[in-house]
Amino acid sequence: MAGELAFEQPLVELRKKIDELKQFGQEKGIDFSDEISRLEERYAQLQSEIYNNVSPAQKMHLARHHQRPTTLDLVPHIFTDFIELHGDRMFGDDLAIVGGLARLNGEPVTVIGHQRGKDTKDNIARFFGSPHPEGYRKAQRLMKQAEKFGRPIITFIDTKGAYPGNTAEERGQSEAIARSMLEMAMLKVPVICIVIGEGGSGGAIAVGLGNRVLMLENAIYSVISPNGAASILWKDASKADQAAEAMKITAPDLLDFKIIEEVIEEPQGGAHRDYEATALAIKDALERHLGELSVLDAQALIADRYEKFRRIGLYASEAGLPNS
Amino acid sequence: MFKDLFQKKRKYATLPSDRSAVSGDAEAQQRPKREIPEGLMNKCSKCGTIQYSKELEKNLKVCPSCGHHMRLNAMERIAMTLDEGSFVEHDADVVSIDPLEFPGYANKLEEQKLKSGLKEAVVTGEGAINGQPVAVAVMSFDFFSGSMGSAVGEKITRIIEHAGQYGLPLIIFSTSGGARMQESILSLMQMAKTSAALGHFADKGGLYLSVITDPTMGGVSASFAMLGDFIIAEPGATFGFAGRLVIEQTIRQKLPDDFQTADFNLHHGQLDLVIHRKEMKTMLGKLIGMHSKKEEL
Repeated sequence: MAGELAFEQPLVELRKKIDELKQFGQEKGIDFSDEISRLEERYAQLQSEIYNNVSPAQKMHLARHHQRPTTLDLVPHIFTDFIELHGDRMFGDDLAIVGGLARLNGEPVTVIGHQRGKDTKDNIARFFGSPHPEGYRKAQRLMKQAEKFGRPIITFIDTKGAYPGNTAEERGQSEAIARSMLEMAMLKVPVICIVIGEGGSGGAIAVGLGNRVLMLENAIYSVISPNGAASILWKDASKADQAAEAMKITAPDLLDFKIIEEVIEEPQGGAHRDYEATALAIKDALERHLGELSVLDAQALIADRYEKFRRIGLYASEAGLPNS
Repeated sequence: MFKDLFQKKRKYATLPSDRSAVSGDAEAQQRPKREIPEGLMNKCSKCGTIQYSKELEKNLKVCPSCGHHMRLNAMERIAMTLDEGSFVEHDADVVSIDPLEFPGYANKLEEQKLKSGLKEAVVTGEGAINGQPVAVAVMSFDFFSGSMGSAVGEKITRIIEHAGQYGLPLIIFSTSGGARMQESILSLMQMAKTSAALGHFADKGGLYLSVITDPTMGGVSASFAMLGDFIIAEPGATFGFAGRLVIEQTIRQKLPDDFQTADFNLHHGQLDLVIHRKEMKTMLGKLIGMHSKKEEL
């Protein structure tokens, strides 16, 4: 398996030793099976040590792994009959956000997600998964369509942030993000949002107002990239690892803050090790949460979503008592 | 005799002034500085004109020579916008804590309170404009660059809800560097919270006037500031999502000189109006008047 991160190096080295020993034994006709099984045991032990103690900074690197599954990698494993729809009907079709119709266990749903590229050419076409205003306006269009036809909406969040550039500013990046949040708050259908990779700031929350917000185990969600925070705080973007620790950006952190409802487990070593297993874990969570939401009517869904976001925040009031 | 008549007068009295120091007059710089009371004079950050602070106050902190609208503290803005004595503050007890134990945050909060004389980056409450009752939120850039954390988001959400409950027109004066990094994800979620509150407010038919002042960026620009039924900016106010520096550093794009100014945004369709500070109260009053429900007979 290629693409191991620095913290996985001990595993890579041990695996290499085991392979060498096996080969050596075969060549020389010596039986090393005792030694090999001891090393395999050690390997399994090391593996659980490493993967059970993934630090926030390591999660940041896993969330940004170049092989990490994107929205379009996961969709075919979760849904059937996906039909991608295009364009915002005003300016263009932003490939940094994809969306369309699909079936989940036979039931029609609307699926929307950020889309990173799979290679350099794809990444350039998709602006590295950083949407322009037309991307958010496409998302809004598809959401209103879902509402009209009574379909649940599922969004996948995976972006470093909204596109920072003159073209985006001219066309109203701020308005597009703000309007998307307002529209989502008032949708009459169930909305579930899943952070599958990097949840980067306003570009992420723009499609993040769900009745349920879920996160993959190694995904991160933050107001500013740890690199950006490090360059502001310590004038040194290379201290991103340090900033990642301070900023509480991991799925368990967000569960503690009651910002997300569930952490979806990834295959050992991260989502990029097994797309299908990752997708099935997401599908399982979607089925459960959609089931719970299906009993709510339009007004109850809107109220439920408002209450969820209304109570987020930690501040002091009345004689210095923090709210809970 | 004629010579006397055309003699050059060289004996003008010269006074040391700040301006001579600025112009690099070495002699002037060596002279001991005159004792000028702190805050007596004020220099325009745009054109450099020096004027009496009192004159500037009278001119609502707009530079008389270049028209530059200087940044205001929330209390100054309230004083020049609402009818005298009409303001009643809400939720003054809602203040920031340090939920993440973020490096340096707790100290910085204390510094900002001393610097601005405020407890938070937004002041909210009720008042009147030309006799018409309104709910207001006024942000202050001198408190933590007007950044939005949990307390700012909560205060703004509460005043939106209050306006909705009592059928009051809502005015928010925005100025902010964006979401407050030190509260990380909690700050980001305030964008969702305030936007959702405005969704419900709009649903009830509430009137929301958003006034954008210099500067309004990031998480505040991309939430309640751009959701007004009317979006008004002060002349020269810079606002947008990603700032010039961020854009130049990330995508190295060459940006126009007027990038993200009020004129730029007006030209690109992001604004209804650009209104001079002197005319602001009149315009707000007029817009509110045109939405007031007909008096019942």
